[in-house]
Amino acid sequence: MSAPTIEVRIPTILRPYTNSEKVVTAEALTLAELISALDNKYVGLGERLLENGELRRFINIYINDEDVRFMGSLAATLKAGDSVTILPAVAGGC
Amino acid sequence: MTRYESLEASLGHTPLIGLPKLSPKSKDGKPPVRLWAKLEDRNPTGSIKDRTAIAMIDDAERTGKLKPGATILEPTSGNTGISLAMIAKVRGYKLICVMPENTSVERTQILEMWGAKIIYSPAAGGSNEAVRVAKELAAENPDWVFLYQYGNPANTLAHYKTTGPEIFEDLPTITHFVAGLGTTGTLMGAGKYLREKNPNIAIIAAEPRYGEVVYGLRNLDAGFVPELYDASIITRRFSVGAEDSVRGVKKLLEVEGIFAGISTGAILHAALGIAKECVDAGVGADIAFIVCDAGWKYLSTGVYGNDGDPEVLDGQLWA
Repeated sequence: MSAPTIEVRIPTILRPYTNSEKVVTAEALTLAELISALDNKYVGLGERLLENGELRRFINIYINDEDVRFMGSLAATLKAGDSVTILPAVAGGC
Repeated sequence: MTRYESLEASLGHTPLIGLPKLSPKSKDGKPPVRLWAKLEDRNPTGSIKDRTAIAMIDDAERTGKLKPGATILEPTSGNTGISLAMIAKVRGYKLICVMPENTSVERTQILEMWGAKIIYSPAAGGSNEAVRVAKELAAENPDWVFLYQYGNPANTLAHYKTTGPEIFEDLPTITHFVAGLGTTGTLMGAGKYLREKNPNIAIIAAEPRYGEVVYGLRNLDAGFVPELYDASIITRRFSVGAEDSVRGVKKLLEVEGIFAGISTGAILHAALGIAKECVDAGVGADIAFIVCDAGWKYLSTGVYGNDGDPEVLDGQLWA
C-alpha cells in the first residue's frame, strides 16, 4: 500500500524550518512516519516535535481536528484526505 | 426550592435542557441520540466560572490564606475575573486581573463595574502571557493572594462536587460529557465524578483553535499545559476553529433559541460530531454538554449579526 500524501499545517513558531511555508505535504501511513518524512524534507523539524521518541509536552498535533494523543499518538494512522495541524500548547479560557 | 439567602447561595443547580430539534434523527429502529445543554449562564454572574471562583475564595478563606481586605490576583480571559470581581466586591476584597489585551470590550466593562483593576498582557501568546505576567506579579507581591485557577485544586473540586453530580442526577443515562478545555477544571472535576459513577461515560474535550497571533509564542518553551490537566480523565479531544464555533452558536440560537457565548459553539460542534458518529453506528446516546456563558459579552465582536464574519475573531481570545 502506497502512503497517502498528507497536508500539514505548520505554526508560525516552526516556519523557520519550512522556508516560511504555512502548509507542507509529506507521504505517510502513520504519524511517526509523517514526522520522519517531514524531518527529511525540513531538517531539524522532527527534533522540535519529539523528545526521547515522544511528542514534546508543549506540542499538540491534530488529525482532522482531533488530538493525536487520544488516537494512539505516534502510532495514529493516516489516510488519503486527512489534514494534520501542529500547534503549540496554549492556555484557554472556559 | 428557589429561595436563597444571598446571590452567592444561588450558585449552581443550573438547568439541563433538551435539544429536540438539534439532536440528530436515529436510523429506523435504532435507539435515540439526544443532546442536552447545561445552562451555566444561569449562575450568579452568568458563567460556569462562578463555581470555580466561589470555591477558590472559600478555600482560601478556610485555609487562612485570604484575610479581610486582602488583594486577590488572577490571570483571566474574562469569566473567572468577572466571577471573582463580584464576590470580592461583596466580601470586601480587592481584585487585580491580568487579562490579554485581545479580549472583548464587554469583559473590561464588567470587570471595572465590580471594581476590579485590570493589567493587560500582550495579545501575542494569549492566556499564556496572562499566566506568565500574573506569576511574575505574584512573586513580586507576596502579600497579594494568588488563587491561580489553572493550578488550584479547588477549581477541579468545585466541578467534582457540583457540576458532575448535578449532571448525573438529571441524566443518569448519560453516555458522553462534552465541555471546553481551558483551565481544564470542568473536565477534570466533572469528568472524574462521572467516570467514577460509570466508567463507560466518554469525557470529550473541545478546545478553541484561535487565530495565529494567539499561538505567537516567543519559543516553544513558552507553551503551557495547566497544572490541573490529567490526560487520563479524557477520552477524546477536539480543536475547534472560529468558523465552526460561530456556526455552532448560530445553530443554538436559530434552532433551539439558546443565546450562548462563542466558546459554547466550539463545544456544540464537538457534541454534534459525536452525535453523528453515534447515529452512524446505530447506538443510542445521551450527550450532555456545557453552555459556559451567554452571548452578551461577545455582541461587540459582531459575529451574532446576519452577516457576522468569523474572521473578525482572528486576532481575538474569543473563548
